[in-house]
Amino acid sequence: MSKLLVSHSPHVHSGDSVNKNMYGVIIALLPALAASFWFFGIGALVVTLTSVATCLLAEYIISKYILKQKPSITDGSAAVTGLLLAFNLPSNFPVALIIIGAIVAIGMGKMSFGGLGQNPFNPALVGRVFLLISYPVQMTSWPEPVASRGSYIDASTGATPLAIMKEGLASGSSYSEIVAQIPSYKELFLGVSGGSAGEVAAIALLLGFGYMLWKKIISWHIPVAVIGSTAIFTGVLHAVDPTANATPLFHILSGGLMLGAIFMATDYSSSPMAIKGMWIYGIGIGVITVTIRTWGAYPEGISFAILIMNAFVPLIDKYIKPKRFGEKVVE
Amino acid sequence: MLKTFTTGGVHPNENKITASSAIERVAAPATVSIPVSQHIGAPSEILVKRGDQVMAGELIAKSGGFVSANIHSSVSGMVTKIEDIPSVSGYTQKAVTIKREGDIWDESIDTSDILIKEISLSPSEIIKRVGEAGIVGLGGATFPSHVKLSPPPGKVCEILLINGVECEPFLTGDHRIMVEKGEEVLTGITILMKALGVTKAVIGIENNKPDAIKRMIELSKNYAGIEVQPLKVKYPQGGEKQLIKAITQREVPSGKLPVEVGAVVHNVGTAYAVYEAVQKKKPLIERVVTVTGPTIKKPGNYLVRIGTSVEDLIEVAGGLPDDVVKVVSGGPMMGKALPKLNTPVAKGMSGLLLLPQEITSRKESQNCIKCAKCVSACPMGLSPYLLMTVSQKELFERAIEEDIMDCIECGSCSFTCPSSRPLLDYIRFGKAEAGNILRSKK
Repeated sequence: MSKLLVSHSPHVHSGDSVNKNMYGVIIALLPALAASFWFFGIGALVVTLTSVATCLLAEYIISKYILKQKPSITDGSAAVTGLLLAFNLPSNFPVALIIIGAIVAIGMGKMSFGGLGQNPFNPALVGRVFLLISYPVQMTSWPEPVASRGSYIDASTGATPLAIMKEGLASGSSYSEIVAQIPSYKELFLGVSGGSAGEVAAIALLLGFGYMLWKKIISWHIPVAVIGSTAIFTGVLHAVDPTANATPLFHILSGGLMLGAIFMATDYSSSPMAIKGMWIYGIGIGVITVTIRTWGAYPEGISFAILIMNAFVPLIDKYIKPKRFGEKVVE
Repeated sequence: MLKTFTTGGVHPNENKITASSAIERVAAPATVSIPVSQHIGAPSEILVKRGDQVMAGELIAKSGGFVSANIHSSVSGMVTKIEDIPSVSGYTQKAVTIKREGDIWDESIDTSDILIKEISLSPSEIIKRVGEAGIVGLGGATFPSHVKLSPPPGKVCEILLINGVECEPFLTGDHRIMVEKGEEVLTGITILMKALGVTKAVIGIENNKPDAIKRMIELSKNYAGIEVQPLKVKYPQGGEKQLIKAITQREVPSGKLPVEVGAVVHNVGTAYAVYEAVQKKKPLIERVVTVTGPTIKKPGNYLVRIGTSVEDLIEVAGGLPDDVVKVVSGGPMMGKALPKLNTPVAKGMSGLLLLPQEITSRKESQNCIKCAKCVSACPMGLSPYLLMTVSQKELFERAIEEDIMDCIECGSCSFTCPSSRPLLDYIRFGKAEAGNILRSKK
């Protein structure tokens, strides 16, 4: 040994890496992926493969030929975006439109800002909302769970529980009539309900949440803030008028709330850095979601809520600092 | 009930390879080079010249100010050189080189192992003796101990905290001192309590040292006012402010000294040195150094004369293994990488780590992914990602607004960053520049 290596401390590293975190998220998404295959069969498979493949390809082409950087597709983040976009689409969604959505997600949502870590909005949600606004018919046709396993474009469709609830209340049906049409809590928890391919099974999403907490990929604050504030807000509405507002449990278990709270709102670069900021952001998402679900034009509002709060993140990070050590003296 | 601090913290692999290796005395080397700046504060003034004969324990450089420390010869022999040598930081420093002849100790020093528990000195005599003996904080900070025993006017010390945490991975010197020299440490603590005029002392020990906790609890029953507080393992619990928070739940305000919340913290190794200085009249001329690494032949806790060259010490531990690329003075989280091996062992050297490539190599830095793990890891509640960015952009005023001066440089941020960003490197730079700005404003 001739020369000694000299560098500043620390001289050791935790071994954590971007790849570990991104592949960790992919592992955490596997239960929900399995659930989407179980309930929506071949359609979910086509949607997922198309979305993930397009995201990887789009990132490769953009980084190599447009930005002229070393392609970063092996870090796992493009695959995460692809999976999340697929989870947010109905399982009978046409391939051509998935490709458009995936290109928008990666191109507009991520690479145009400089790639991993730079995107102010959740890329998968940018793709989803683009598709929702551009192709509202295709984006709101929901294959029946289990029954549509063997079919793709021609799957038999029905309404989502949130849509049934919203239209029922709007058309003046009695609350008990509506409840009779929607799946039970147990069915919602297990995922036996219409909806986007990856959002239906609450239990699968919770398993993924547990895995990410165990591996310290995310902290619990944002999901708990989103779900908690949704529960409290809908709880108050339900208490004020039980005949016009669904129960908190219904709101938590239906639609994309779990998927959004656990996997979409926690996107690193589009969420706040300080714990207090995470609470504000999470509560904002919950409140906006319930507001859209209750008074808005759409039956579901989690995607818009997350994107709106994404826009506030720079402001939150500027004004909400972590709690400093030694700020207050305990006398 | 295990206690710990609440803000941030990380869990590096402990790697306490030498936890059960008894302290082993290393024979005095043929020559020693004793630097005059081994402490925080003014360098000491050299009292000897070339050709002088000195005894082990004889004063060779006297304290150069209030915040400074005396320095003694660690061997007997002849002063052969007074010259500039490389320091641990890579700069040069003045050092006195002594060629050893025999091993004759100053006759006032009691070199026996007999335990003396009776404390005959008054508080002011204790502080004077601690100052004379050249004792500095042996956890690595090397702040002169007699200064810490003289709280500023108007401040009252209520509790003495003894740092037996040793939260740095690999290091085990304090652990072994507690296990092997428990009575001496407790007597040392009693001396420190008397000097500070406090009736209560708490020894904080992380529970990865169950034998030390057990031993200290057992022995402390015979010492009035001393308690042992087992702590949950978490880095950087040995940080002064973190230890105070863990044990007393008090937070030292930003920019203030621990005495602001009524606490003074001394290290276990320092308490032992204080015992030797006060009861045995032995100045600080040797210390325990954990020489360790995953591939070295004879890792151990070595009692070494100050001024022994690192090269010689490595030979004692079986030589430098081929795969070692970095030699660190101190622990892996806060220690300094040595540029040269002809550096002497100084008072602050708690460990000597011989690290192979796979442990210590840095990965290529990637974009910040804003995962916020550095924010959660920071024990001072800062935003390391932001401090790095503003330091990089040389926005030092902004760095001051973001409390960069509160950074304790523990390295938890760089340790934890999934993108392997050199957070602390830049924060150190920003902190130094911010410090210059603050000083120029005064």
